[in-house]
Amino acid sequence: MSIFSKYEGLASALSAVTAGGGRNPFNVVIEKPISSTVGLIEGRETLLFGTNNYLGLSQSPAAIEAAVEAAKAYGVGTTGSRIANGTQGLHRQLEERLCAFFRRRHCMVFSTGYQANLGTISALAGKDDYLLLDADSHASIYDGSRLGHAQVIRFRHNDADDLHKRLRRLEGTPGAKLVVVEGIYSMMGDVVPMKEFAAVKRETGAWLLADEAHSVGVMGEHGRGVAEADGVEDDVDFVVGTFSKSLGTVGGYCVSNHAGLDLIRLCSRPYMFTASLPPEVIAATMAALTELENRPELRVRLMDNARRLHAGLQAAGLRTGPQASPVVSVILDDVAVAVAFWNRLLDLGVYVNLSLPPATPDQHPLLRTSVMATHTPEQIDRAVEIFAVVAGEMGINRAA
Amino acid sequence: MSETVASVSALIVKTLLANPKVPRDINGSSKIVEDLAFDSLAVMNFVMEIEDTLDVSVPLDRLADIRTIDDLAACIVSLKQAS
Repeated sequence: MSIFSKYEGLASALSAVTAGGGRNPFNVVIEKPISSTVGLIEGRETLLFGTNNYLGLSQSPAAIEAAVEAAKAYGVGTTGSRIANGTQGLHRQLEERLCAFFRRRHCMVFSTGYQANLGTISALAGKDDYLLLDADSHASIYDGSRLGHAQVIRFRHNDADDLHKRLRRLEGTPGAKLVVVEGIYSMMGDVVPMKEFAAVKRETGAWLLADEAHSVGVMGEHGRGVAEADGVEDDVDFVVGTFSKSLGTVGGYCVSNHAGLDLIRLCSRPYMFTASLPPEVIAATMAALTELENRPELRVRLMDNARRLHAGLQAAGLRTGPQASPVVSVILDDVAVAVAFWNRLLDLGVYVNLSLPPATPDQHPLLRTSVMATHTPEQIDRAVEIFAVVAGEMGINRAA
Repeated sequence: MSETVASVSALIVKTLLANPKVPRDINGSSKIVEDLAFDSLAVMNFVMEIEDTLDVSVPLDRLADIRTIDDLAACIVSLKQAS
């Protein structure tokens, strides 16, 4: 028996997706980014509507310059973990910069956003504690819960009353209760009602961790995310995030006012047992952070673009989520139709993410798009036009 | 009110049968994943429904040991007794 025989179901699902000459959606190669919004795919210039690069900063000239200078000055890697030889002056500078940006006293930087959730959640919630997770949490949150030893309880998506009910059931049980929510949920782009969750946290004495991976740089007057936008930053004990969305690089962080966060450095395995971020990434991240702070107009443009894309797709007779946010997903009913639709979009020069159940809420396949501040109105209109053409070809646009 | 494994199992079967996609011949010894063709997400969502009906929370790590409807019923009864 092959060691891979347990994956026969996966193999046949992949065969079904690629039947009839369709592409493997998990193996698309962007041969070269031409700009933040256009990439070369299969030799063709393709509009990028699925990169999470919300402010377009992956191609920021200032960040690129900073990376080049840092590589020249410091080399290209640290060859060590944060607790051994992998902490350089730049790591400390970045942590201080993030403390200043978030107005928090403590910060830990991780090598990826995935590891930030893994390392923070698994270390904060110990054996005798309870983790309360939104049902639609990202895989990194679920994986963090598996790496730790806390009891894990799910509550209904974005439903603070349901969380309250589940916390009430735990009344009188020993152990800390850590609630985990996301600012913007990555599949449908829906925003957490943070004020409502903050009220439940205050009433029940639970701890609150917000993963603002998709909302930092996007929401709030200063770009600090949904907690800032809702005026409840003091109620959020821990903010976790990533550099690989609005900051355009790679890495993750956790910020907090709790001094205990520094103890996590001594017990968080995803922090301790992996190589730290290389100098050029840190320098580029700090340059991107400066841009995020100094160019609030990027956030205005981003939300204008989000509304334009959301309205355009709805006008084309496609079903989307209710909120206009930088993640706009077209909801379909049938996996085969979603796969064919996604392939045709790429044929016609638009790249989006194909998201299939069970990785999506409610078992619906999604054509997940993400918009950028750097998209022009013409690029958005062109993408919407191509969506409409394909929907027409496939006979799935609802009567407008 | 004191639930028994049999009464909770019967309630789970009744709740499952409300879903037209579930096979009609299920009983307490039916395997949740194999016999009902539920994936991991479907199992978690279904358990949430049962939790609300019985006002109990089933931690995810407990789900890992559950194969049959009766296993789930026994787990819920033990959680209710513990609380």
